[in-house]
Amino acid sequence: MKAKNKPADVIAFVLLVVGALMMLMPFYYMISTSLKGPEDIYVNRLVWIPSRLVWKNYVTAWQSEPYFGRYFVNSALIATVTTLLQLFTSALAAYAFSSFNFWGKEPLFMLLLGTMMIPSQVTLVPNYAIIARLGWIDTYRALIVPFAASVFGIFMMRQFFQTIPIELWDAAQIDGCSRFRYLWSVMIPLSRPIFVTNGLFTFIGGWNSFLWPLIVTNTPRLRTIQVGLSQFNQEFGTKPDLLMASSTIAIIPLLIIFFVAQNQFIQGIARTGMKS
Amino acid sequence: MYLAPALAILLVFHFFPAFYAAWISFFNTNLISRWKWIGLRNYRELLGDSDFIQSLANTVIYVLGTVPVGMAISLAVAAMLNRPLRARAALRTAYFMPYVTPVVAISIVWTWIYKEDATGLLNAMLGWFGIGEQAWLLDPKWAMFALCLMTVWKSLGYNMIIFLAGLQNIPHEYYEAAAIDGARGWTVFTKITWPLLSPTTYFVTIMSVIGSFQVFTQVYVLWPSSLGGPLGTTKVVVRYLYEMGWNSFRFGYAAAIGYALFAIIFVLTLIQRKVVGSRVHYQ
Repeated sequence: MKAKNKPADVIAFVLLVVGALMMLMPFYYMISTSLKGPEDIYVNRLVWIPSRLVWKNYVTAWQSEPYFGRYFVNSALIATVTTLLQLFTSALAAYAFSSFNFWGKEPLFMLLLGTMMIPSQVTLVPNYAIIARLGWIDTYRALIVPFAASVFGIFMMRQFFQTIPIELWDAAQIDGCSRFRYLWSVMIPLSRPIFVTNGLFTFIGGWNSFLWPLIVTNTPRLRTIQVGLSQFNQEFGTKPDLLMASSTIAIIPLLIIFFVAQNQFIQGIARTGMKS
Repeated sequence: MYLAPALAILLVFHFFPAFYAAWISFFNTNLISRWKWIGLRNYRELLGDSDFIQSLANTVIYVLGTVPVGMAISLAVAAMLNRPLRARAALRTAYFMPYVTPVVAISIVWTWIYKEDATGLLNAMLGWFGIGEQAWLLDPKWAMFALCLMTVWKSLGYNMIIFLAGLQNIPHEYYEAAAIDGARGWTVFTKITWPLLSPTTYFVTIMSVIGSFQVFTQVYVLWPSSLGGPLGTTKVVVRYLYEMGWNSFRFGYAAAIGYALFAIIFVLTLIQRKVVGSRVHYQ
């Protein structure tokens, strides 16, 4: 079967390579443009290879739009804290759902799963109203707290926790282990893969989120990188070199994470259909 | 007690708002000073609002322009990647990369790819084939196409991974049996791969349709100065919702739009379950 399929394999390979080049083209365009000097930009055709590499564009982009560096730090901070909190609250809740017996457990779990069906556009206005009522507009809290728990996270961890044999808990109990300590030093280490994938997706979701931070923040001090970038786009719409440099800055951290953890990513999607 | 933190957040920011949204949609309100009960009048207005109808029509065109094409391409790529090829991992990475990029940043990049003169990447590349320059973002004829093309590019990797997993789940014995019977290429695909892949296809369809109806960010960034595209050709529902809420301060109306969108997605998902779901083959 191998020998017979050879021509088909060659065609598939060629098609895939051509397709892959098309997929990568926007990245090449972004990076090459971010390094161009004015003589390569303000001409009437596309310059494919910059005549010289202007690294200074990155410095200019970082310092312009008063706080671009700050936006970057804001996003990194918000995404990290959200991820840690979400993993923590999900682990606790998943532990309760998988290991405890309490009144109303099943209906409560069903209710939580039901909320997953509600698209975020429905809750946009009421959540904004709630945040405004709490006086949280223009605070980090508004950007973090609503995302510090996730039904999907709880669901996935519960599935994983349920595969851990109950005998382990029996043994730990005999050794005088408390429930919390058992969660912390047995369940969580055993479930590392699910924590890594879940954490990755939450972080990316936080880094990429746009509509919510756009709504709940007004001061530049609290802007996230995506909101800052969109502002930048509106104000400096005529400077492709700076826009491409700042877009690259916004994309690079994700590409690094992706290359480091590519397998967790792809398996996470393949197994659970998880989306960021 | 272990449940308390997660439950508190989910109740306040996910469960309660679903009902609060319905309550708000019965008011004429800016959420601060003005709270006037108007019953179902927001919904009645919605039915006769030509801007809303247009944004809904545009969203439907967008869904039709991205979901089938995007699925066909990602299935084709997945099927090819499923062969024993060289450099499979590297190729897979190339196709997947756009998916991890932030929509805002990558939409800014595409703004310049779509530049209307010869400095735009797309025009430059089409120029090799002697195709004239087009104002992709400014021409009402092309704006929706530009939006769809970028979206397909960006989301292809995700669907490809799901299809790849689905393809790898099909037991090898079926293919071996087919080979013995002399079945080849297209026949194998239509008689074995396609039916056995149907649970995956079903999942991808439902998820893609739901996701596509909620499009917002691309439109906001590609057309920053207008409500969405030349002559409103790419104004979509969520863009309109944002406009009504945060520019016109008609939050009751915005909440009604959100609910209408939810209802539409919900009904479409039920229809898909009935129509497509009945044809899904589970092994």
